[in-house]
Amino acid sequence: MTHDIWIWAGVVLTLFIFSSLYKDNPFYRFAERLFIGATLGYAIALTWHNVIIPKIVLPLQHHEYILIIPLCFGLLYFSRFFPKQAWLSRWPMAFAIGTGTGISLPLVIQASLFKQLQGTMITSFTFSNIVLLVGVITTLTYFFFSTEHKGAVGKIARIGIWFIMVSFGAAFGYTVMARVSLLIGRFQFLLHDWLGLIK
Amino acid sequence: MRRAVPLRICLIMGIVMIIQFFIPHRYSQDFYTKVLDWNIIIGIFALVLGIQSLFHSEWTKVRRRRSGWGFSVVTIVAVIVVAAIGIWGGIGEGSVFIKIYRNLTMSMQATMFALLGFYMASAAFRAFRARTKEATVLLIAAIIVMFGRVPVGDLVWHKLPDFVEWILMYPSMAVQRGILLGVALGSAATSLKILLGIERGWLGGSK
Repeated sequence: MTHDIWIWAGVVLTLFIFSSLYKDNPFYRFAERLFIGATLGYAIALTWHNVIIPKIVLPLQHHEYILIIPLCFGLLYFSRFFPKQAWLSRWPMAFAIGTGTGISLPLVIQASLFKQLQGTMITSFTFSNIVLLVGVITTLTYFFFSTEHKGAVGKIARIGIWFIMVSFGAAFGYTVMARVSLLIGRFQFLLHDWLGLIK
Repeated sequence: MRRAVPLRICLIMGIVMIIQFFIPHRYSQDFYTKVLDWNIIIGIFALVLGIQSLFHSEWTKVRRRRSGWGFSVVTIVAVIVVAAIGIWGGIGEGSVFIKIYRNLTMSMQATMFALLGFYMASAAFRAFRARTKEATVLLIAAIIVMFGRVPVGDLVWHKLPDFVEWILMYPSMAVQRGILLGVALGSAATSLKILLGIERGWLGGSK
C-alpha cells in the first residue's frame, strides 16, 4: 500500500464519489461540491497566468495603452450591478457576439458545409462509398420537414431512420465503452496505485 | 441608443471579421489576432461576473443556513484555495497546483464520468427493449460496437473489430455528416439573423 498522501487523497475522493452508487449521501455531495470549486479555482489560476499576465499586465507595462479600449469595454459588463445602467453591458456582449459570429460564419460554411459535401461525393464506386452517400442523402431527407414524408420522400426518409438508428446505436456503444474504460482506469488506480495488488 | 448601438457594434464587427477572412495579408492576420486577444480580455470580465454569481448564490445559502449550506462552504473554500495556490504558487510542473489537478481534480472527474457508465447501463436496460424494428437495430448496433471494441469480440469473430470500424466509418459517419450539414446550415442562418439584427434574443428583454 502506498504512503503517498496525494494518492490517498485521490482514493478517498474516488470512494466518496463511488458511494453515490448506493444512494445520495453527504460524502458524495462533499466530493461533488469540492470538484466544482476546484475546477473553478483551476480555471481562475489558469486565466491569471495565461491571459491576465501575458495579455494585459505585461503589454500595459510595455506601454501598449490601446488595451485600455477592450478593458473599458469589459468593465461595462459590471454595469449589470446598477439596474439603471445595466443596458451598457450589451456593448461588450455585442462586440463578442459580432466578432464571434463574423469569425465563425465563413469557417462553418467552409469546414462543415463545403468540406463535408466534398467528402461525401463518390470518387470511386465502392460499396462503402455508396453506403456513405445514400446515408447522407436519406438522413438529410429525414430531417427535411418542409415536405410531408409521403410517397417517395417518405420511403427515402424511412431508409434514413434505419441509418440514424445504426448511428445512434454505434454512438451509444462507443460511449458506453469509453465510460467502461474510465471505470477500469479507476479500478487500476485503486488496485495498482493505492493497494499495489496488481502489477 | 440602448438597443441600436449594440446592434450596430455587432453588425460592424461581424462584417469586418467576414471581410478579414477573405484577405490573406499579414495586416489582416495581425488584425484577426488582435481582435481575438481583445475578445479574450473582454471575456475575462464575463468570467468575473460568473464567479461573482456563484459566490453570491453560495454565500446566500450559507448566510440563511439553508439545508446543505455546509457544502456551499466547501465550494467557496475550494475555489479560493485552489485559485490562491495557482496564482501565488505557480502552475508549473511539480507545483502544488498541478499536484492538486492531477491527483484530486482528475481523479474526481474520471470517477464522475465512470459513474455515468452505470447510469447509462441502467437507462439502456429500461429504454432499449426491442419493442420496434428500429429499436432492435439500435440495440444490435450498440451490442456489435461494444463487443467489437474489446478482445472478446475478436475471439467471437476475428473480423468483428474491422466490421465495427466499418460501421463507424461509413453508416455512422453518413448520419453524423447529414446532421452536421443541417447544423452548419442552421448555424449560418442564425449567424446572419444575429448580424442583421433579426435575432435579438441576446439583447435581453428590457429596453
